[in-house]
Amino acid sequence: MHGLAFDVSHLLAGGLVLVSLMLLYQDRLYSLLNVFALHAVVLSLAVAWQAHIQEAPHLFVTAAIALGFKAILIPVALHRMVRRLGIHRTIETVVGIGPTMLFGIGLVALSIMVMLPVTEQADALTQEDLAFALSVVLLGLLMMVTRRNAVGQVVGFMSLENGLILAAAGAKGMPLVVEISVAFSVLIAFIVIGIFLFRIRERFDTVDVQVLERFRGEQP
Amino acid sequence: MAIGGDLAIGDVVVQGVQLTLVLVVAPFLTGLVRTVKARLLRRRGPSPLQPYRDLQRLLRKEVVLADSASWLFRVAPYLVFAVIWVAAALIPTFATGLLFSWSADMIAIVALLGTARFFLALAGLDVGTSFGGIGSSREMMFASVAEPAMLMAVFTLSLLAGSTQLSSVANFMLSQHVGLRISLGLVFVALLIVAIAENARIPVDNPATHLELTMVHEAMVLEYSGRHLAMIEAAAFLKLLLYASLLACVFTPWGMAAAGEGAIAYLVGIAAYLLKLTLAGVALAVFETSIAKMRVFRVPEFLGAALMLGLLGTLLLFVTRSL
Amino acid sequence: MNLILVLVASLFLAAIAAMPLCRRPVGRPAVYGFTFAVCTAIVVAALPALSAAEAVAARVLPLGIPWIGAHFRLDPLAAFFLLVINLGGAAASFYAIGYGRHEQANERILPFFPAFLAAMNLVVLADDAFVFLFSWELMSLASWALVMAHHHDRGTQHAGYVYLLMASFGTLCLLLAFGLLAGTHGGYLFPAMREGSLPRFAQALVLVLVLLGAGSKAGIVPLHVWLPLAHPAAPSHVSALMSGVMTKVAIYGLIRLIFDLSGPPEWWWGVIVLVVGAVTAVLGVLYALMQHDLKRLLAYHTVENIGIIYIGLGLALAFLANGMATGAALALTAALFHVLNHSLFKSLLFFGSGAVLRATGERDMEHLGGLIHRMPVTTATFLTGCAAISALPPLNGFVSEWLTFQAILISPSLPQWGLKFLVPAVGAALALSAALAAACFVKAFGITFLGRPRSRAAAQAQEVDAFSTGAMIVLAALCVLAGVLPSLAVDALSGVVETLTAGARLPQQATMPWLSLIPVSAARSSYNGLILLVFIAVTSTVVAAFVRRLGSHTVRRSAAWDCGTPDPSPITQYTAGSFAQPIRRVFGRTAFRASEHVEMPEPASLEPARLRADLRDLVWEYLFAPIASAITYASGRINALQFLTIRRYLALVFAVLLLLLSGLALWQ
Repeated sequence: MHGLAFDVSHLLAGGLVLVSLMLLYQDRLYSLLNVFALHAVVLSLAVAWQAHIQEAPHLFVTAAIALGFKAILIPVALHRMVRRLGIHRTIETVVGIGPTMLFGIGLVALSIMVMLPVTEQADALTQEDLAFALSVVLLGLLMMVTRRNAVGQVVGFMSLENGLILAAAGAKGMPLVVEISVAFSVLIAFIVIGIFLFRIRERFDTVDVQVLERFRGEQP
Repeated sequence: MAIGGDLAIGDVVVQGVQLTLVLVVAPFLTGLVRTVKARLLRRRGPSPLQPYRDLQRLLRKEVVLADSASWLFRVAPYLVFAVIWVAAALIPTFATGLLFSWSADMIAIVALLGTARFFLALAGLDVGTSFGGIGSSREMMFASVAEPAMLMAVFTLSLLAGSTQLSSVANFMLSQHVGLRISLGLVFVALLIVAIAENARIPVDNPATHLELTMVHEAMVLEYSGRHLAMIEAAAFLKLLLYASLLACVFTPWGMAAAGEGAIAYLVGIAAYLLKLTLAGVALAVFETSIAKMRVFRVPEFLGAALMLGLLGTLLLFVTRSL
Repeated sequence: MNLILVLVASLFLAAIAAMPLCRRPVGRPAVYGFTFAVCTAIVVAALPALSAAEAVAARVLPLGIPWIGAHFRLDPLAAFFLLVINLGGAAASFYAIGYGRHEQANERILPFFPAFLAAMNLVVLADDAFVFLFSWELMSLASWALVMAHHHDRGTQHAGYVYLLMASFGTLCLLLAFGLLAGTHGGYLFPAMREGSLPRFAQALVLVLVLLGAGSKAGIVPLHVWLPLAHPAAPSHVSALMSGVMTKVAIYGLIRLIFDLSGPPEWWWGVIVLVVGAVTAVLGVLYALMQHDLKRLLAYHTVENIGIIYIGLGLALAFLANGMATGAALALTAALFHVLNHSLFKSLLFFGSGAVLRATGERDMEHLGGLIHRMPVTTATFLTGCAAISALPPLNGFVSEWLTFQAILISPSLPQWGLKFLVPAVGAALALSAALAAACFVKAFGITFLGRPRSRAAAQAQEVDAFSTGAMIVLAALCVLAGVLPSLAVDALSGVVETLTAGARLPQQATMPWLSLIPVSAARSSYNGLILLVFIAVTSTVVAAFVRRLGSHTVRRSAAWDCGTPDPSPITQYTAGSFAQPIRRVFGRTAFRASEHVEMPEPASLEPARLRADLRDLVWEYLFAPIASAITYASGRINALQFLTIRRYLALVFAVLLLLLSGLALWQ
């Protein structure tokens, strides 16, 4: 399994982890959305490469969905939404960027440590893909936990979905139906959260989730 | 690689050529970056040879020394220059397996740069002005993140190559065992960030300003004049060259002559080296013109990202091939 | 062996003889001169015992517990630590011949100083638990008495109190550890412990107890709280001994108990020691950076270096547990070499701070500055020490850190995933602490010695006497020597390493070409400080000569430029606090919950604006303060027992008796 096929998929999957970490590093909304688009592009490349080496043409559809929806449609829509809402352009974080990144590295180490011994029977490529996918999922969760801004949370959620798709593409023989359902679920989540954004905005004049918590009496 | 062994005349000559080459080329690289930057901004800009003229002018001028300056202030420029020169001479540029390259591995080269920085920061504090202090203090703050970042990059490289010797790393990178590895990409980016910060380039520091409160390196050497300033400037030129050679040696080792090859190989090596430097200079100029300077307290995060990349590079090494 | 024991005994005699002598003018040079001679003699006597080839000497003296006696043994490990102790001791004695001249409280120092030295020597020589614990406690008490020498100074009594508490706690832990090691047969002799085998659980407990006991003496985080209080409070030559030498005796305790006595290690022992070491190294240097008191900064920095030594030891444990003896040899060599190096440069730096204290009466860096013009020798030696401790090549601090890095780089061949991932992170922590140490010592040296004097005392400082400067020059020279010729030191350490790793050692270094340091193989890594030093010296001299010959060589003195707005007042300089501000902002927010408060005066008011930075010691607040308040609460409640009637006391005794009897009944 060595050689070019392995190297490229290693590079792309690792690149997805790196872009996930880059998402954590961003402190501006627009650059966050741009990096998320990059995330989706890398994902679609990774999936397309998997389709090529596994000779599974249906994966190309998944790659196209990722490229079309996540790399173009959703970032553009979010861009417009941010502009229309006039949301404050910086992202407020719960924890500082440095400690978050450090924690993120710890998560990557954890997922490698968990995945590699578990999947010892699988071939090197699947093994590695699963480890990277788990890190992307965990980093997405971390992003959702540490961002106050609703847009940041949405982006975190979608990067988490990307991690799931990477795992699905890495595990050979995943049927197309599931892919589409995953893509749909993302779309639905996007719509729901989009409406959610508008509603918060209408009612509280901000998209800072903290305000919601205060409203519910969770915080003084 | 033979350590010591017979002191062949050829080896001494190659090491000597390396020493002079880095010294001669260094001002040109900085001049090139300045010229390209000016052209990109639609200015005509000075000739790439201007740094040589600057050095000559500074060397001729008298030194104006502050009343409160001590011997440390006068020794530091020569010491800093010598340390960086030695470090630059130990990095394989056009040939691997230099006569003395085994006397300091990558870790030692990082630490040698630390020595230079230590004395420069002390010199900044010596006269007892507020500008010198601000420069030294910020320089040490940057370094406190940049140095570990660089060491982590060095770690990744030496774990990959199984050696901390630059010559061995270069040979490893030329071999067939490398492959496309995400770790290498991470290390490359980390080293780039460190190189930008250590050379006080945009977006970390602005080499062209002289009177901004955000400046770091220039504030530290504000009190220097005449031949002392010439030494400091030359050391800064050499440092930029050093980082460019380091990146070239590790990531684009093509064209380097191995020890003991003939004169033709050495000439090809020198030509390739000059080509790589030119490309690096142009790339740096393009990068600098396309980006804005960041706030001082954003820099540690920027460098922290480099540290994380280095650490991540080390971790990802374990994913595929058992080390 | 006999000679060394006699010499140590003579130190005890000197302590007794110092009591009547200490008020006479001849007493001070006599005592310090004597200790200097004895320490030098022990160094010479211990040197041959370093190599493993020499027969290990053991003696039983009819002292202490009747019928058992006191057992002493001199093996390479003990010999190495004897060397470290007595090198530091000799330097401190020599320094004190001059430094003590201005000491007011000689009668509270002279008797305890030789006793302190003797006790540290005995710890290392001990071959049974009784002698070890007795001399350990003696060492603590003697150093406590020395800390309390200036008991009128503000803060000293508090420091002494905390020190005494932590020392007793440490000894208690060690006592329990020895109890476990001795097992049920009560084999309190070290050979018996070496042969006995413990159950896994007891072994783990021993590790924890030793880490607590020896670690509290060495100053690992979070048990370091006494160290920065006690070390600076003592007179400077004693501070040097405590920081440079006594912490090394604590390291010796750890090595002796864990590597030698408690049987084969498990791999996760290494994890614990590595994590402790990494945390200690980073937090120690961050604490040090925040200090403005020169001696306290140095004391905190000792904490960092202990962390580095622990990292080496932790690596050695991990390698040993996996049977990688060469890796263990490399890591142990690094740790032991750092022990030697740290004792050299930390003693030197404390001597320097003592010289500054003598010359100006100030320890606060904010009142110093410009001493480079007034105290040339102190400045030059202190600068050497600063460069060495900041791990700058070609000095010695760099070599031991370089060796530690080399040990880290062979860690991927460890089989456990936890270690594989932990060790690079520890490497990052080590690199971070080295870089922060450089910032710390730029601050310490730059604010104290450079710039313009910030007080009258600093402006009128005078260079100290010849004994003090002599001691500093010798130590600085040793720092340079150990940096450029590390091969000799590494070879000398090989005997010690062999005894701990069952025969593995680094390759013979002295035969390497050009006296290079090549720990594993030439293709892997090599370092040569000598060539670097020669290169740097030659190039800088040649360049300076050329520039002065070909360019200008005129110098004009003038006011500072300072961007055209020079201010003659020295308070416009950067201070220690402002130098540390960027690092405080970057790291302090997490590590110390640092916060800044600005008070701006009303417009048109002439009040100054104030900036206050608050730092919180989280270890103290969250660990020690709750313990202290719990104890205060409990003792407050128990206090009521003092005010009972006879009848109630009798009832109490009766109740206890019943409790014991019923316990006995239930037990059977």
